Amino acid sequence: MKMGDISYRIKVPLMFTLVILITASVVTLALTWRAYEELREEVFNNAVEIGSVLSNSLPNAMLHDDLWGAYRLVQAAEGWPGETSSRLLVVLDKDGRIYVSNRPKELAVTTRLRAHGAELARVEAEVLRLTGDLGPRPYEYPNDQRLYVILPMLSDGVAMGTLVIGYDRALFWPRFIAIVERVVVSALLVTVLLLPFGWYLGNRMVKPLGHLANCMSKVGRGSNEEITCDLRQGKDEIGRLGTSFQQMLGELDEKERLESGMLASERLAAVGRLAAGVAHEINNPLGGMLNALNTFRRYSETDTLGRETFDLIERGLQQIRETVSALLVEANPRSHSLSPKDVNDVRMLLLADVSRKQIRLDWRNCLEGDVALPSTPIRQVLINLSLNAVQASPEGGAVHCLVENRENRLCLRVVNEGPDISREQKLSLFEPFSESATGNGLGLWVTYQLVHQLEGIIEVRSRGGRTQFVVELPIKEA
Amino acid sequence: MACLLMAGNLMANSEKTYRIGLTAVILTDQTSFLKEWQDYLSSSLRRPVRFIQRQTYEEVTDLLLGGDLDAAWICGYPYVRNREQLELLAVPLFNGEPLYRSYLIVPATDTGSREIADLKGKVFAYSDPNSNSGFLYPQVSMIREGIEPNHFFSKTFFTWTHRDVVKAVADGVAQGGAVDGYVWETLSRHEPALTAGTRLVSKSPLFGFPPLVVRRDISREDFYALRNALLKMESVTEGRRLLQRLNLDGFTEGEDSLYDGVAESVRILEGAQ
Repeated sequence: MKMGDISYRIKVPLMFTLVILITASVVTLALTWRAYEELREEVFNNAVEIGSVLSNSLPNAMLHDDLWGAYRLVQAAEGWPGETSSRLLVVLDKDGRIYVSNRPKELAVTTRLRAHGAELARVEAEVLRLTGDLGPRPYEYPNDQRLYVILPMLSDGVAMGTLVIGYDRALFWPRFIAIVERVVVSALLVTVLLLPFGWYLGNRMVKPLGHLANCMSKVGRGSNEEITCDLRQGKDEIGRLGTSFQQMLGELDEKERLESGMLASERLAAVGRLAAGVAHEINNPLGGMLNALNTFRRYSETDTLGRETFDLIERGLQQIRETVSALLVEANPRSHSLSPKDVNDVRMLLLADVSRKQIRLDWRNCLEGDVALPSTPIRQVLINLSLNAVQASPEGGAVHCLVENRENRLCLRVVNEGPDISREQKLSLFEPFSESATGNGLGLWVTYQLVHQLEGIIEVRSRGGRTQFVVELPIKEA
Repeated sequence: MACLLMAGNLMANSEKTYRIGLTAVILTDQTSFLKEWQDYLSSSLRRPVRFIQRQTYEEVTDLLLGGDLDAAWICGYPYVRNREQLELLAVPLFNGEPLYRSYLIVPATDTGSREIADLKGKVFAYSDPNSNSGFLYPQVSMIREGIEPNHFFSKTFFTWTHRDVVKAVADGVAQGGAVDGYVWETLSRHEPALTAGTRLVSKSPLFGFPPLVVRRDISREDFYALRNALLKMESVTEGRRLLQRLNLDGFTEGEDSLYDGVAESVRILEGAQ
């Protein structure tokens, strides 16, 4: 498992622990070092103290060659029995031989220190090196068992010999262990206290990120409108991320909307041109055929079968003509200006269907006077959209229609509570004879063409059981 | 000055108090016991008794000879050397006899040494230069074997008490020591841990036990009073208890001939010097 695979929920408390551990180690190191320095100082002071206590009696005993007296002195200076293991006292005579020590069994009288191992040999060399030096000197060597203090024993300013006091480094261990214990306990305590906090912080930090990651993974897999990502917005990094993400979503949305709108309008324009072209190509021979048929029927005698046949052909041709003319939508600019009454007429037309489906119709006509737009195409658009809404609405549902004049734009808004229009359906929504269309499949095509010809825009939004068609038409003041 | 004052004190009390000097021929570090014994003798003599201790045999002997003590418990060696001025007051009975030996001891870890000659070049502990068992006898025994005592050991030292000879050997300060056999035996009962650190290598022939002595010029009255108080101890319960603490059986009048062996040693040592 790589570090990068671990959740921040775990990583943050882990970091906390790591920081605590590192801090604890550094503190231990510092305290240990200090304790060791203190010990050295203490040892030196203690040795100097012992040296000053013995400074009269011990040189005197040596002067009178009172070995037993000297032994009793170093024994007395050794301390109480519990401490004996830690303090070594050796009295060396002028030649550096052991005059007496508090461990006579190990360091026999008259032997040399060098006979008792490398450590004591170094001490002896140090003592001999310092001969003539009359002050106390500490001596330590890495990894030695003891720390030493070398104290010349003076009788009337003349060195009678040397007192070497060795302090076991093991003395240091209880202190070290005490320090480590204290630091470990504190670190554990702090860890125990901080771990939940770290967990909380990790969670707090990761939650918006996780949420964002979830949201991100949805992007591109469906409509961006469906992505609801209520990220905290603020000025810190996560807040800014949230803001940026929302902004990005909005921009993506806008881009997609524009793209699909452009695509759709291009397609629709192409379809429109095709339809118009086909209609013209059909209309010309069709008109000829109908004229010819009419002339033929008027001036020729035919039997019943012939008449019926011609009627049949005429009806078929008429149907073709209707269909083609339906495809060839043309807003008639010659109609009168749109008035509030026109809008109310549309409402009247709807009422039958509305009452049949027991639909609540919320009709808001906000027009207060005539609008400089041709009434016929707008009535057509409003009829198409509101009829569609009533059709799509479930029984007992509500349909909202709003017509208002807003800043030189006529705004129509029709809302129903029918099932949502899917993305796929939206792509071909305004195309003629589209698969998803109900009825003859020309209603929305006509609507689109009319809006287009009036230089307006039509938009559809369908989400959460609410489908809304919005048409905006510019009002050109004459 | 201090000496004069001290001597003056002793003089001032001389009419009322018996002053008895003690040396390390016994275990003089038993302060509470000595207090009891002192009280016992005081009540027995119906006069105050005071024990006086000094570090060396010599100091106590000098005090006695100088008249600052009425009696002293000293070693046979100083007694023999000052026979003209001193008189036996009483001789302790150890194991029923007024006799004791000198012991040669080595640390218990030394299992090889069989005699003093095996300790050549070692560190040796004597008790006191005026001790028979702790100095005179070992010196003489070496001289008898043709050893020159002053150059035989690498180092010698005095511990001033027999007990400390045992301690010096047990602690390993010395690799051999000469000790009063009576003290060693008594220590082995009182402080077995200490004597366990030593090993008895050899015992000397018998010598007269360190005696209690007086100056010859002491009044006969005091002489007999003191002697009787000592001799009577074994017949009194409290006296027997105290004797038991001393690890002694009692006191006897003793004979001068008991110390002929010591006198012989003195002659040999002086002849060698």
